[in-house]
Amino acid sequence: MIALWMYLLVAAALFCIGIYGVLSRRNAVSILMSIELMLNAVNINLVAFWRYLTPQNMGGQAFTAFVFVIAAAEAAVGLAIIISVYRNRKSVIVEDVNLLKW
Amino acid sequence: MITINAQSIAFILFSLFILGGGLGVVTTRNLIHGALYLILSLFGVAGFFVLLSAPFLAAVQVLVYIGAIAILIIFAVMLTRSMTSLTEAFNRQWWLAGLVGGLLFIFLAAGIILPVWGASSAYAGQPVSDVVATTTDLGIALVDGNQYVLPFEVASLLLTAAMIGAIVIARDDE
Repeated sequence: MIALWMYLLVAAALFCIGIYGVLSRRNAVSILMSIELMLNAVNINLVAFWRYLTPQNMGGQAFTAFVFVIAAAEAAVGLAIIISVYRNRKSVIVEDVNLLKW
Repeated sequence: MITINAQSIAFILFSLFILGGGLGVVTTRNLIHGALYLILSLFGVAGFFVLLSAPFLAAVQVLVYIGAIAILIIFAVMLTRSMTSLTEAFNRQWWLAGLVGGLLFIFLAAGIILPVWGASSAYAGQPVSDVVATTTDLGIALVDGNQYVLPFEVASLLLTAAMIGAIVIARDDE
């Protein structure tokens, strides 16, 4: 059977790809997509640890379900904010949204 | 180290989906292509859930992530279309971001691999039991008064609040 560390390694790689995307992209929508990648890496870790360490205790799967809820809420509100910003400033480049920058 | 069977082949295939899709998301200039790469990556994660014997989560992953969130992102890309491929895709600190991501991955990989380095393959990270809780147990746990019913209700309240908030924020004022 696949060992636990292989799942963790794939999840760590996915998380680091997400971090790179969040830090390096200029378009707000691609930053949001990178955040989804990071949430998915967390989900892989939660389910892998649940399967290998406590397969009869539902904590891991329940937390993964809550992460789904958070991700859906975050995507809905985030995209609404992006559309609102685009309507007001005609841009989705995060560097152009500097109204609060001192 | 890995014996070749259907499970390991599926694992390698889904890993390629996840990491290839992830790299596509962060590197491609065209955001529609990025959203399609995101769908590929999310599908790979759903495959991982099947391999980890969590079929309900795999179905929810396909329905919620691919069916709702990815489509929502494609909608947002289309509504802000004039911006998608006009400007530079990466900011000035992209090399610093790559450095941070690469270093973090090296540290995480060391933390993951060093504890099992040299351990016999019979011990290294095999499941403690092959008896796995089913979807029925998950459903009971989510509404059981002694387990997760309060977080479950709070999550539904959060979803309602987020949907109302999204409508209010995105609505045209005129």
